[in-house]
Amino acid sequence: MHEFNEPLITAWQLVAGADARLAGIVLLSLRVSLAATLIACVIGMPIGALLAVGRFPGRRTLIVLFNGLMGLPPVVVGLLVYLLLSRAGPLGQFGLLFSPEAMIIAQAILVTPIVAALTRQVVADSWSEYREQLRSLGASRGRAAATLLWDGRFSLSTAALAGFGRAIAEVGAVMIVGGNIDGVTRVMTTTIALETSKGDLPLALALGFILITVVLAINAVAYALRGWAERHWG
Amino acid sequence: MNTWLSIDGLSLTEGGTRIIADVSLTLGAQRTVVLGPNGAGKSTLLRLIHDLLHPSTGVLYWPRPLSQAMVFQRPVMLRTTALTNVIYGLKLKGFKTGEARRRAQESLARVGLEHLALRPARLLSGGEQQRVALARAWALEPELLILDEPTASLDPASSREVERIIGDIAASGARILMTTHNLGQARRIAEDIVFIDRGRIVEQTPVAQFFKLPQTPAAQSFLQEEMP
Amino acid sequence: MISRRLFCSALAACGLLAAAASHAQERFITVSSTTSTEQSGLFGHLLPIFEKASGIKVRVIALGTGQALDMARRGDADVVFVHDKAAEEKFVAEGFGVKRQEVMYNDFIVIGPKTDPAKAAGKDILEGLRRIEAAKAPFVSRGDKSGTHAAELRYWKAAGVDLDKAKGPWYRDTGSGMGPALNTAASMNAYILADRGTWLAFRNRGDLGIVVEGDTKLFNQYGVILVNPAKHPHVKQADGQKFIDWVVSADGQKAIAEYKIGGEQLFFPNARR
Repeated sequence: MHEFNEPLITAWQLVAGADARLAGIVLLSLRVSLAATLIACVIGMPIGALLAVGRFPGRRTLIVLFNGLMGLPPVVVGLLVYLLLSRAGPLGQFGLLFSPEAMIIAQAILVTPIVAALTRQVVADSWSEYREQLRSLGASRGRAAATLLWDGRFSLSTAALAGFGRAIAEVGAVMIVGGNIDGVTRVMTTTIALETSKGDLPLALALGFILITVVLAINAVAYALRGWAERHWG
Repeated sequence: MNTWLSIDGLSLTEGGTRIIADVSLTLGAQRTVVLGPNGAGKSTLLRLIHDLLHPSTGVLYWPRPLSQAMVFQRPVMLRTTALTNVIYGLKLKGFKTGEARRRAQESLARVGLEHLALRPARLLSGGEQQRVALARAWALEPELLILDEPTASLDPASSREVERIIGDIAASGARILMTTHNLGQARRIAEDIVFIDRGRIVEQTPVAQFFKLPQTPAAQSFLQEEMP
Repeated sequence: MISRRLFCSALAACGLLAAAASHAQERFITVSSTTSTEQSGLFGHLLPIFEKASGIKVRVIALGTGQALDMARRGDADVVFVHDKAAEEKFVAEGFGVKRQEVMYNDFIVIGPKTDPAKAAGKDILEGLRRIEAAKAPFVSRGDKSGTHAAELRYWKAAGVDLDKAKGPWYRDTGSGMGPALNTAASMNAYILADRGTWLAFRNRGDLGIVVEGDTKLFNQYGVILVNPAKHPHVKQADGQKFIDWVVSADGQKAIAEYKIGGEQLFFPNARR
């Protein structure tokens, strides 16, 4: 058991000591992954809703595609974004590589299919319930999609959380496009990878515990909010 | 009688089953109730008329296009206030926010729910939700209101209240086309009864005559089974 | 309706917060370097001194030498700071670098089980490798085109071992950085070629210890190169050159010599001025 005691103590000391560098790393992780999740929701939720409600050729293919892309390997996304943002790449002139913005882009690409696929599921369920009423009121499919997104906002928080969980836990993409630069693009997962490289396994594990705690706390708050909202709105 | 809808040779086949079989019908009464046993195709007929379903064959001929609204057996409430649910329907018809809100408030008052206007709609009782659905439909001032068993899942007190509102809507001039399992309700509301069985129109009779002397054996046995 | 507006503005606020936290543009250069300089802690010691003296922040991307040079070829770094002389000279010859300057050296060591089952201990790197191969003792290779990997392959060749023929289950090609490779070696109780700096800073040693050290052949030279602005016009030529000038200056060389772990000096400055 002592393999786990030392990291726990280390984790506690890091948190209790209000380590400024640790705080910076945790905040950067949150900022990058929250921004990526937000972008993924803005793009993925309308796509998911239109896939659920729409009637257009290629819809089934797109559904299969988005379901499949849920399992995108982070390293591959990282590599693609790296090649795009590299000075020699098509978007090189913006100089975004090795910046938090690059990490946000990579994670947003990773998370969008997850949000879209889960949104499609939620919206498809309520579409079967609401369809006749909305059509009777004269809602176009686009309008119906928007209505169902708004109506399903509490259930959709689960889709957003699933995306956020994926973003904050991944290391492959942010390592490649962020470069793990100390104080600039070093986030929790890349720090854990670095400390593992240095053979400081207790510290790596301690950071892992902190990461898990942060993710759990965010999920708990979201769960409580959702419960309150559902009791309030039915 | 002032014909507002002629139906000619209407059929609907789904998965090899004929749900509506060669229905021809002329509707002219202001209040028509469609009766028939379970699975006769009543709801399907209403949905074909409301353009929620497309017929396999046949045509609907409207001498003059009528604005329509429909109320379903189970009210569908959005996760927002009762008032916003009513406003939603108005906005879809192109009303501006202020006008939509005014009309919605009036409509809720007419169904006796102004005091619940700002409550979350989904937390209202089944009867109250159905009244919000009626308010939402009524606010649109439809020329034809279609109701599919609007009281089937309600307790007797709520049913009476819903029935009263349907009467008020009819009195305001809208045509009523509805189905119900409640024969007393049919008798109170209808001018004309359309009786259908296994997707076919069996008879169409003024209400008094239908309950006194049904024209067909099928309607006779239906009445015997349904009446206590 | 009101709650909807509230919800949307809350969302927008989140977005703004996330975007606005973006720090103001600071003056910085990007250096692509090797894991050994980063993970040994040298940069953690060196860069604050340079930043204080110059006001220029240095962002280090730590990769294997091969990757670090490739990154610079794509124009994604201003300066490279690596340790593979042949590869560096090729980089300059191709026109990607302006000029290679030597900065410092450290040395490679062979790490292995303290019990030394292959009897490889000693001063002679080539003899040590021959014995490891003869005993088919587990050996972990970086296999990642890094400077250390390139050096390892040179030593095998010089020792007369044809890896293509000799390779077997004993030779583990891990394709990973120095630290992960050391972790693998520790868990397998295997031999491995490492740079002294990373080894000294490495904590998960298990039953491993230094087996071969002190051979002059194990000398590991670091060089620094400014990426050629003629190839990549956005390269921060002036600030990059300032950094290079500083590391080879008396101040920079002194700072390198001062970095120690447990009283032991890791890197030996040898810039020619």
